[in-house]
Amino acid sequence: MSAVEIPLKQRLAARGLDGLTMLVLPAVFFVLALFIYPFLYGLFLSFTPKEGGTFANYAKFFSDSFLYGTIATTLWLALPVTIATLVLAVPIAFRVRLLKRQRLLTTLLVIPITLGTVLVAEGLLNYLGPQGWFNRTLMTFGLISTPIKLLHNYWGVMLSLVITGFPFTFLLTLSYLTGIDPALEQAGATLGAGPWERFKHILFPLLLPGLAITFCLSFVQAFSVFPSAVLLGAPAGPTRVISIAAYQAAFEEYDYSMASAIAMIMGMVQLAIVVAVLAARGLLYRGPAGGGKG
Amino acid sequence: MTIHAANFRELRLDKLSRDFGAFNALKEVSLTITKGEFIALLGPSGCGKSTTLNLIAGLLPATGGGIWLDDKRIDQLRPEERGFGMVFQNYALFPHMTVNKNIGFGLKMRGVGKSEIDRRVAEAAALVHLQGQTEKLPGQLSGGQQQRVAIARAIVVEPPLVLMDEPLSNLDAKLRLEMRAEIRRIHNTLGATTIYVTHDQEEALSLADRIVVLREGVVRQVGTPEDLFSRPDHLDVAEFMGFRNTVAGKVTAVNGGTAQIAVGTATVTGRVRENVAVGQSGWVAIRPEDLHPNATGQSGLTAKVVSTEFRGREFVGFAKMEDGTSLSFLAEEKLQPGATVTLGADPDRVLVFAGGKA
Amino acid sequence: MVEDKRLSTKLWAFANWFLIGFFLLNLLAMIAAVVTSSFATRWLGTWLPAGWTTRWYSAAWAEFQLHDVLFVTFQIVFLVVLFSGLIGVPAAYALARRDFPGKKLVMLLFLLPLLVPPITFGIPLATVLYRLNLAGSMSGVVLANLVPTVPFVILVMIPFIEQIDTKIEAAARVFGANTFKLFIHVLLPLLMPGILAALLLVLVRTIAMFELTFLTAGPTSQTLVVALYYAVFAAGVRAVQSIDAMAVVYMVTTLIWLVIALRFVNPTQIVARAKR
Repeated sequence: MSAVEIPLKQRLAARGLDGLTMLVLPAVFFVLALFIYPFLYGLFLSFTPKEGGTFANYAKFFSDSFLYGTIATTLWLALPVTIATLVLAVPIAFRVRLLKRQRLLTTLLVIPITLGTVLVAEGLLNYLGPQGWFNRTLMTFGLISTPIKLLHNYWGVMLSLVITGFPFTFLLTLSYLTGIDPALEQAGATLGAGPWERFKHILFPLLLPGLAITFCLSFVQAFSVFPSAVLLGAPAGPTRVISIAAYQAAFEEYDYSMASAIAMIMGMVQLAIVVAVLAARGLLYRGPAGGGKG
Repeated sequence: MTIHAANFRELRLDKLSRDFGAFNALKEVSLTITKGEFIALLGPSGCGKSTTLNLIAGLLPATGGGIWLDDKRIDQLRPEERGFGMVFQNYALFPHMTVNKNIGFGLKMRGVGKSEIDRRVAEAAALVHLQGQTEKLPGQLSGGQQQRVAIARAIVVEPPLVLMDEPLSNLDAKLRLEMRAEIRRIHNTLGATTIYVTHDQEEALSLADRIVVLREGVVRQVGTPEDLFSRPDHLDVAEFMGFRNTVAGKVTAVNGGTAQIAVGTATVTGRVRENVAVGQSGWVAIRPEDLHPNATGQSGLTAKVVSTEFRGREFVGFAKMEDGTSLSFLAEEKLQPGATVTLGADPDRVLVFAGGKA
Repeated sequence: MVEDKRLSTKLWAFANWFLIGFFLLNLLAMIAAVVTSSFATRWLGTWLPAGWTTRWYSAAWAEFQLHDVLFVTFQIVFLVVLFSGLIGVPAAYALARRDFPGKKLVMLLFLLPLLVPPITFGIPLATVLYRLNLAGSMSGVVLANLVPTVPFVILVMIPFIEQIDTKIEAAARVFGANTFKLFIHVLLPLLMPGILAALLLVLVRTIAMFELTFLTAGPTSQTLVVALYYAVFAAGVRAVQSIDAMAVVYMVTTLIWLVIALRFVNPTQIVARAKR
């Protein structure tokens, strides 16, 4: 054989592995060390409880209603919020998409996301309070006779989740919607489809895969509610969400093993819902939402 | 064949205008299209041809004037109420529906029964030669096949008008020729009325019964392909139709249908297309294929050869006149760059227009 | 399209606009309530406070040691922005320019920290950082905050780098630029708008990042948002107006950077980070 031996370096480069590719390594190591490793460590830790056998933490969690109840409590907040924001976001996104100057609106909506849950909770404490402007306005219009209780219960947390969740859902929906080629809707119109038929047969089916992703992201956010559940809710009772249970285990009882177990359960519930939604999404059309080739 | 075009007499655009803010995309365009015609709207990009089509389709509201279908005013109707068929530039096929569903969409919207839809969709698919492809999604089809689906979808509802917005611009050259013939065949088979937007004059000349040339939102000329090709009314139409050599000069004589124009020391004779008077400045327009080097001793447009290109059967020469005007012409042999040529053309092939800088 | 003039269509449009208006009105009223309260002398059971004052700001400044908190916040934010740029941009460049075996897996690796909510991975992360004696200090807070921001920079930068023609780099090579010169004279100026946008978004997100900072911060490494949480949590200890004054300081800090960021990015980019 007289074939020239190709150096290893060149063979690797042909497969896309050269000096430039190595630039990705620091980031990979970083995420492995500070995301994957802690996750695996937490998983391991959750199986080495302070006392009892391997599964003692999980057994304790699922036998104590004060603990396993948090799953239902959190779902009872997160699912209605996600569905409500999605139901609101879709028609409004359809409206706003036709607007020439969307920027002012999108900017205003980005504010609550940017300010974050802590500030929204702080603001709502004043605004929704018995003497706050909200109740005061309702009473002025004669809609209610005594202030309605919106703080330190389910509704306070719910409303704060809507305020931070709606803009998120809306902007995501809008960005999916604007990705659909407007010519498709025009084609539908020239073929005799009115606004409702265009929505039903063309735009909605094309938007649905994006809505599934939006649902997942919004749900996961709502499910991990923490500061507003503490500040606006009743963290010992009706709004004792799963993240509070995890936080208390870690930083009040210093039982990191139990805290890890709760964090893992939290992750599993989120994963279960996301997998269910994405599996349903697998049944949908998922190609490009353009009307032509390319 | 049971798919026919719906019956009507004519579509009339009456001083139709469209402004985008201060920009007038279309200025009081009036035009009458009778049933069975194949009309091409031709012009460079930004001339208002697509705007006209979108106004007819109802995809864009007019800011002035009206559209009439026989005695019915339709410019206030929403697109879904007009019932025209439209083929979009990128086809705009519904990517989540099969070919069958795409073609049948318009019928479904009209509340046609399931078995009737199936029958007519099959017929339309056969008409555009798409048998056997009908259960595929548009993404699985080639560009030419997608184009056929788009046409079938537009004609299956038997619309009075079929609107086509540069339908061939996304196809490669070979497919474009093939689909061009297909479009004309389908038009003839159905007895349809077609309005076809294009920027390609060759496409318009070969397809249309009548061509409407638009420029900056104004109709410059309406006529048969033969009219436009040999008798353009304006200099810009002539340029667009291939009269690439335009030379400014001074009118020295007008004699019925012909005029003489002095360009430098030479005099060019041509057919008058715009009113000119002796002493005024004017333009002559000549196609490159009609301009030849003159026999030695004859007078003509004097220019210096810049280059010659071999084009198979002949050479195309490029030359520059003293004032900088570029000329292209047909030559029988390769010419030396820098050599002086005198160029001339048959007066019947030379057009004279008014205006110019001389 | 030609306007739809039917009554049902108009009513539906009105209902949509009404909902948007109602949402924005409540949002702005909520913010206005905080601002009003921060300037109020006494505000009990009336539409507007009895009088106006600015003394709560000086009170909040002293009580909550805002001077220190702001200083710590800016240090942390600066370090997070710097390191997410240094780690993220080269990685994004490699991912945008090369196809290698396992690239999909690497992309998934960077997607996960953005999809999993911070409180979920924050607890195991904090546990590890405490074991390593890093938590409770500024380095722990910076490390924790980098977990979502490094992938964020990567995912924002990849499409930006992909749209820069590789021929430009090839051309620079042909004209004799070495790797360093190529980077300084060609790549950096081309990438700068993208880097700036990504880092500004990181900045805004880090100021507002509550969960990760909360789980890993000690008394001397609290950022403004965590300090605000503790202040609200311990409500009753301090005057409400004082807490509101602090909230206003926080809002102004965040919104200034948001306004700057919005000059370079589209608002939807703040949200649509994981749109795929």
